[in-house]
Amino acid sequence: MHCQAPKNQARDLDTLDRRLIDSYQRGLPVCTRPFHTVAERLGTSEAEVIARLECLQARGVLSRVGPVFDHARAGASLLAAVAVPEAERDAFAELINAAPGVNHNYAREHDYNLWFVMTAPDEPELEARLETLESRLGLPILRLPMLEGFHIDLSFPIPWAELERT
Amino acid sequence: MSVSTCPSRPAPGGELPERDTRGLDAADRAIVLATQAGLPLVPDPWGAVGREVGLDGAEVLERMRAMQERGVIRRVAAVPNHYRLGYVANGMTVWDVDDAEVERLGREVAAIEGVSHCYRRPRHLPHWPYNLFAMLHGHSREEVERQAAVLRERLGEACRDHRILYSSRILKKTGLRLSRRAGQA
Repeated sequence: MHCQAPKNQARDLDTLDRRLIDSYQRGLPVCTRPFHTVAERLGTSEAEVIARLECLQARGVLSRVGPVFDHARAGASLLAAVAVPEAERDAFAELINAAPGVNHNYAREHDYNLWFVMTAPDEPELEARLETLESRLGLPILRLPMLEGFHIDLSFPIPWAELERT
Repeated sequence: MSVSTCPSRPAPGGELPERDTRGLDAADRAIVLATQAGLPLVPDPWGAVGREVGLDGAEVLERMRAMQERGVIRRVAAVPNHYRLGYVANGMTVWDVDDAEVERLGREVAAIEGVSHCYRRPRHLPHWPYNLFAMLHGHSREEVERQAAVLRERLGEACRDHRILYSSRILKKTGLRLSRRAGQA
């Protein structure tokens, strides 16, 4: 794929790209030929829609085209944090990334400097994975399960004009 | 309003049940595994997924719809990477909010511009006093700080303390949600 991937790609997206993102970040039709339905609505061809989505995905503008699962209902998971010595952060991060069930890991600026999401098929397995990882790290893991989620709508209107100036 | 609680009830006996605690049977789980990193971008994505998991396309589509109705799938969508669209600053803001008010205020905070996720989580005293998390996204740290100031004002006297934890590095990021069991991969 020859698409360049600069940090801010908003200005490189044309009207059709933007309409695809604006219209379908909230949901694609779940029907027999979804991209055909999208194409009809946008007045273009199925092949064009597929080519655009492929390119947006290859450039990283779309992280994926597919189902968004409800974390709480699609398995057991929790947000976890560890305070590791800053100088050894990357070595600890590697241990965490290698552990089964870890699917995000961010370095953050705080005493608790590594933040990750631990997942498992069920709650007992989740706790077992955390305990195994704790003994591997030799450090306690802060367990921060979601107790309540307020309105979680990950889509928000993208202010294209404003993004072009940045 | 539906309230998700954690932990959910574990499966009895630790055996993999026919239909697990999420109401997913083996075929549903195979579909989740095959689609969680994204759908194949072809005219008939359900048929392509079906060939991978040994079902026909119509059944894959029917199961996707059923999982959506049950709330296991929130939506099937083109998921934008906001970082690539210029939202380069993300701040996880954490707040120590009066327990009596956190539910009402959590709902208010979630509606403020720039907030993508907002959760109530447990405190772990004395090290971790924060019970409300709100993820902020902006084009710069200055913008995130302006958003945080709006939250601070909204929370008022119910909030004792807060922090903004900026991410300095993404060390791992995948969309994978459902783990493969040993031997299944």
